[in-house]
Amino acid sequence: MKYLPLLWANLWRKKTRTIFTLLSVVVAFLLYGALATIDDAFENPQTGLTGVDKLITTNKFSLTLLLPFSDVQQIAAVPGVAVVTWITWFGAYYQESKNFVFALPIDTPTYFDLHKDEFVVSDAEMAAFRNTRSGVLVNSALMKKFGWHVGQKLPLHSTIWTQKADGSLDWTFDIVGTFAVKDPTQAGQQASTVLFHYELFDEGRSFGKGQVGWFEERVVDPSQSVQIAQKIDALFANSPNETKTQPAKDFAMSFVKQFGDVGFVLRAILGAVFFTLLFLTGNTMMQSVRERTPELAVLKTLGFSDAKVVGLVIGESLLLCLLAAVVGLAASYALIPVIRTVLQGIVTSPWLLPHGLGLAVLLALLVGTPPALRAMRLNVVDALMDKR
Amino acid sequence: MFKQLIALTSMGIQTLPQRAGSSSVIVIGIAGVVAVLVSVLAMATGFRHTMADSGRPDRVIVLRGGSDAELNSNLTRSDVDTIANAPGLAKDAEGKAVLSAEVITVVNLPKIDTGSDSNVTLRGVGLQVEKVRPELKIVSGRMFRPAVRELIAGVGAAKQFRGLTPGSVLHLRNADWTVTGLFATNGDVHESELLADADTVGSAIERSGYSSVVGLLTSASEFGTFKDALTTDPQLKVDVEREPEYYAAQSKQLTQLITVVGNTVAIIMAIGAMFGALNSMYAAVDARTLEIATLRAIGFGALPVLLSVMLEALALSLLGGLLGAALAWWFFNGHTVSTLGGAFAQIVFQVTVTTSLMVTGLVWACAIGVLGGLFPAVRSARLPVAEALRAT
Repeated sequence: MKYLPLLWANLWRKKTRTIFTLLSVVVAFLLYGALATIDDAFENPQTGLTGVDKLITTNKFSLTLLLPFSDVQQIAAVPGVAVVTWITWFGAYYQESKNFVFALPIDTPTYFDLHKDEFVVSDAEMAAFRNTRSGVLVNSALMKKFGWHVGQKLPLHSTIWTQKADGSLDWTFDIVGTFAVKDPTQAGQQASTVLFHYELFDEGRSFGKGQVGWFEERVVDPSQSVQIAQKIDALFANSPNETKTQPAKDFAMSFVKQFGDVGFVLRAILGAVFFTLLFLTGNTMMQSVRERTPELAVLKTLGFSDAKVVGLVIGESLLLCLLAAVVGLAASYALIPVIRTVLQGIVTSPWLLPHGLGLAVLLALLVGTPPALRAMRLNVVDALMDKR
Repeated sequence: MFKQLIALTSMGIQTLPQRAGSSSVIVIGIAGVVAVLVSVLAMATGFRHTMADSGRPDRVIVLRGGSDAELNSNLTRSDVDTIANAPGLAKDAEGKAVLSAEVITVVNLPKIDTGSDSNVTLRGVGLQVEKVRPELKIVSGRMFRPAVRELIAGVGAAKQFRGLTPGSVLHLRNADWTVTGLFATNGDVHESELLADADTVGSAIERSGYSSVVGLLTSASEFGTFKDALTTDPQLKVDVEREPEYYAAQSKQLTQLITVVGNTVAIIMAIGAMFGALNSMYAAVDARTLEIATLRAIGFGALPVLLSVMLEALALSLLGGLLGAALAWWFFNGHTVSTLGGAFAQIVFQVTVTTSLMVTGLVWACAIGVLGGLFPAVRSARLPVAEALRAT
């Protein structure tokens, strides 16, 4: 620690060079923070279903085909299933197709039982929702985004479901309340959710009656998930609508995987960034040590051991890399809310900081070692004679 | 002045090997930026090509009004009859309108490399499909027959998903389907799909209607007539689009996302590389202080000195740019990849490193070089000659 002022002084010996080097390392760690966060989102996708006790049952043949509503009774009877609810893709938008709204027709009692303690809804608004056939509960963030208010009519365009009454794709609801999402890591996933009544949906639609998109189950004992999933699928084996039941996380994972190997692309970019960084920083450290050859020789003459000289050079390299890494990572934390506007549901991993700092140490050792060895092998007499 | 410039630049370049370490920082730094930029944009370009090559201006796609995409749409048999009678459609030898009423669904097939389930489009097509899509060529095996469970697979799909070789059998929704052949459609989006008879697909998924109608017009200019006839029909609520426009809209979002992400990453990387270039060029000017001062003392002008430093920076950046573009081309050009397209289904496409992308990369390289060389060049030109000579 007592050498810190010396390291600091050495670092700023050539101000411009150090600043430019620092800035390029800062930029690299800014990219690292941002890309690692996106990578993390693809590796650990959010489902809108928290917890390990949730399963999803879809049509095995095709995600887009519906399942008979009557399956619910059979699934509910499977031992170990605490609650089952049914949901259908409504494919809605508000006014323009870019305003995607994740509108879901839900069965109120089972849906809120399954998502127990995940939503915050006031008792009054929940009662209003239960009592209003055309009522919807809207995510409070979405309310703000579009400037909606409780009590107004909400027109939504479904790209799929025509109404029995007039064949129209435009459905009108009444906003009776709002909900907030308790778990902040799920808030992004639920950001555009609007919940409405399955009864209204099933009676109102012109086709597909009695058929639903998928089932969600909560199991009593998460360690039994796999067995329960198998039991559910066995119920419908060899029926026209075979099912595929999997833990909610696996379902999300399989969906995300379909985007291709995003992780590979991101890691390849980061690989290129750090490879170039290695040269850049390495060159700076090498130059810096070369210029100081006589000083290092003086230190050695004064009795600094080889180990201490090595320590000084490595220490300088560590100081440079860690300083820049901290600034870069801090900047990437500031950038994440911006990324979130493009890719919903991105959250900062708690591992980002330790991983980033680890990477900085590794980088420092890699670029610090060659000049450190050079400093160690320095022959005092030769070095003192050399004016440079 | 030109003589001076040439002399100075060649002198600078001849002494480059002495500064190999710091010069390589420019080359490698810029190569990294250009390689990433070109590779990412090549993905966007490949995807856009696949989508944009789908369709011809004289071919139309009709969907139920307000559906946005084929997968959401639903048309009844009587809708299809009405559409078939609309003016502007090409007629075959028997006087029947050249169109294909299609049923779209998505089936789960495992990917060859990862084994994970992927959504692949199964498209039921009408009997006239080969007249509607003359670009469709069977490249191995034979065409499917109507009314039996047979299908043909696109060459793109066959490369990415398991079980798509002629003669193999797919188990889809409690029934066995035989793959009878592979087809190509000039590298467009349909090569990612499976094709079968529309009514056979319809009965397999218990669906009586259709998703879309694709029709061939007598000429591209008949589009207005055809569209007006359908949209003014009170019995019908449909959206009519030219095929290229439909597919461009379907690919817009993903292309934009890739382009924005690619450019953002490349800009950030370019800033990093610029700092690296600044460092190296300052080091280069420092190392040549005595040399430059001497040259100035014997009558070389400030401007040629400045320009020669800039030219050196440019030459190094161009070298880096070429290296980066070559790396991107070498590693990724022609690579077949697939992703989830706009409509819930996999689209297979080739990463395409075009000449114009490489030129874009080189332009970026030069821009970084100019920015990185400018300040060091100014410093070299402003060097106080006497002091510099005395300092050593």
